[in-house]
Amino acid sequence: MRAANKRTDDSDDREVDERAKAAKKARRLVRKNADAMPVVEAVGGPQAERIVNAELVEPAPRGGIVEALSQRYVLHLIARRMLAQMYANSVLGLLWSYVQPAMRFAVYYLVFGFVFHTHLGTPYFALHLFTGIVFVHLFTEAWSQGTRSIWTNRSLVQKLRIPREVFPIAAIEVAALHTLPQAVLLTLFCIIAGWHLTVSAVLAGLLGFLIIAVFATAMGVLFSALNVYYRDFQNIVGTLLQFMHFLVPMMYPFGRIWRIGLLHPLFYQLYMANPVANGVVLLQQLFWYSLVEHKHRLHVLAGRTAPPDMWMRGIIVLIACVIFLVFAQRVFRRLESKFPERL
Amino acid sequence: MAQRSIVVDHVVKEFTMSYHRTMKQKLVASVRRLPLQEHFIAVNDVSFTVDQGEAVGLMGLNGSGKSTLLKLINGVMRPDKGKVLTRGRIAGLIATGAGFHPQMTGRENLYLNSAILGMSEAETNRKFEQIVEFADIGRFLDTPVSHYSSGMYARLGFSIAVHVDADIFLADEVLAVGDRPFKKKCLAKMQEIRQQGTTIFYVSHATASVRSMCDRVLVLEKGHLMFDGDVDEGIHFLQYDDDEESDEGLDSLADEELGSEV
Repeated sequence: MRAANKRTDDSDDREVDERAKAAKKARRLVRKNADAMPVVEAVGGPQAERIVNAELVEPAPRGGIVEALSQRYVLHLIARRMLAQMYANSVLGLLWSYVQPAMRFAVYYLVFGFVFHTHLGTPYFALHLFTGIVFVHLFTEAWSQGTRSIWTNRSLVQKLRIPREVFPIAAIEVAALHTLPQAVLLTLFCIIAGWHLTVSAVLAGLLGFLIIAVFATAMGVLFSALNVYYRDFQNIVGTLLQFMHFLVPMMYPFGRIWRIGLLHPLFYQLYMANPVANGVVLLQQLFWYSLVEHKHRLHVLAGRTAPPDMWMRGIIVLIACVIFLVFAQRVFRRLESKFPERL
Repeated sequence: MAQRSIVVDHVVKEFTMSYHRTMKQKLVASVRRLPLQEHFIAVNDVSFTVDQGEAVGLMGLNGSGKSTLLKLINGVMRPDKGKVLTRGRIAGLIATGAGFHPQMTGRENLYLNSAILGMSEAETNRKFEQIVEFADIGRFLDTPVSHYSSGMYARLGFSIAVHVDADIFLADEVLAVGDRPFKKKCLAKMQEIRQQGTTIFYVSHATASVRSMCDRVLVLEKGHLMFDGDVDEGIHFLQYDDDEESDEGLDSLADEELGSEV
């Protein structure tokens, strides 16, 4: 009993001590700073009454991705900021985003076309390949830039009141900006090669694009938050993305995967579980398959150009991606509350 | 009856500080039984309300949670417990200049920062001349801000913030960056804003300045709200005005402390 009493006395003493110290500190601080700021007298006359036509609300935004998307102007400015960051002190600047895919196209075309002969039996192989390169590039850049976006913009994140999802979404805008001219180029090639557009081809292209866009958004949002906690994630993403070019049917026709799938159904299902592969197959229906003349189609169909359940599969994958996006948003919100101390 | 402008209701904000970032460090620390992380309560159960048009001075020692409280009101942070409510548009000077991108020009940064503070493109265009004139950066407007002096940085940041036409204006100590004439100009502008009926939150150690600017003072101590009321009383409270005798006795203690700080 006695001992306990003594201990509380001790801690009381310490508290008094600490308080005295703090008092001393405060007095010194005040004395030193008393005239740190100039004195400006208040403006004369009565203060105007300001009526604010707004409700009392929480100042922190809660709208998530939806609210981020509605702030077009801020989104656009942040995307511009990212571009400035990306091409600071670079001579070629924006051109770099075309050099890389162009080189990749040349290398793949030579190696797979002339060395492995994967182009045999695939008319318009160049466009088959280019479709894949363009849209995989879109996904790759959106995901990898999205992953880095919050960490690299941390000075802005700390003073920003708008939802922080704008950063991964701005990264997608940047990626879209980079791939748009390539997509235009692709369309141009298609027109030159003689494009027979059908409604179903356009719908397939649209579905494929949606799958890639939604999946990239979800991955960008999720990994941007994770990357704040552990910077390993940006390296993990970089490593994973190196495989992405081989995991979609662009250097080789889809028919090869289909044939393997007849023997190894599990392999086939795993391959097609990749939303990007589904997206590319669907986009090829628009940008490549609609070029292939009817007389060639039978020949090509010896292998298949798309899974027989292409539509059903595409829609299911899209729904899964949307669900994944909702999940990513929830994870982001949970992780976000600890950003200030992590940045 | 003035409108409620800010409601802070039993707000708690806790930080988790991790000591170790890599897996190796964590492993070593856990083998040695060192703490992996520590919790730290920056703002502890703080409640108050502010009416529209009030000018509140926020005082307290460094590390007492002033900036955190300001960030909570600004909406950059969310409270862990309790509720923060605000009415209308908030502009603040919390860490001025942060968020400027060094590779972008003053003009581009001006647009970006205005947008972040909630101004539309049209509004920024309308106020562009005023902002530039107040910031007084002249021909440096189209130079990347990495070439700016720290004073110019602060001037541009402040200038954008005061031209937002906000309902609540938050000013952190960072105002202390500029030179004296500029400080004076800023404070005069803040008096003007106050006159227009904007709620003002002013963080400063400078008692004289707080006296002229504010009609109410909050004092924070280790995250707790210790005082809320009249300005003079608040400043009195902050100085812990106890008897002069104990002051003498404490001098040696304080010197020791000062020595360790140096």
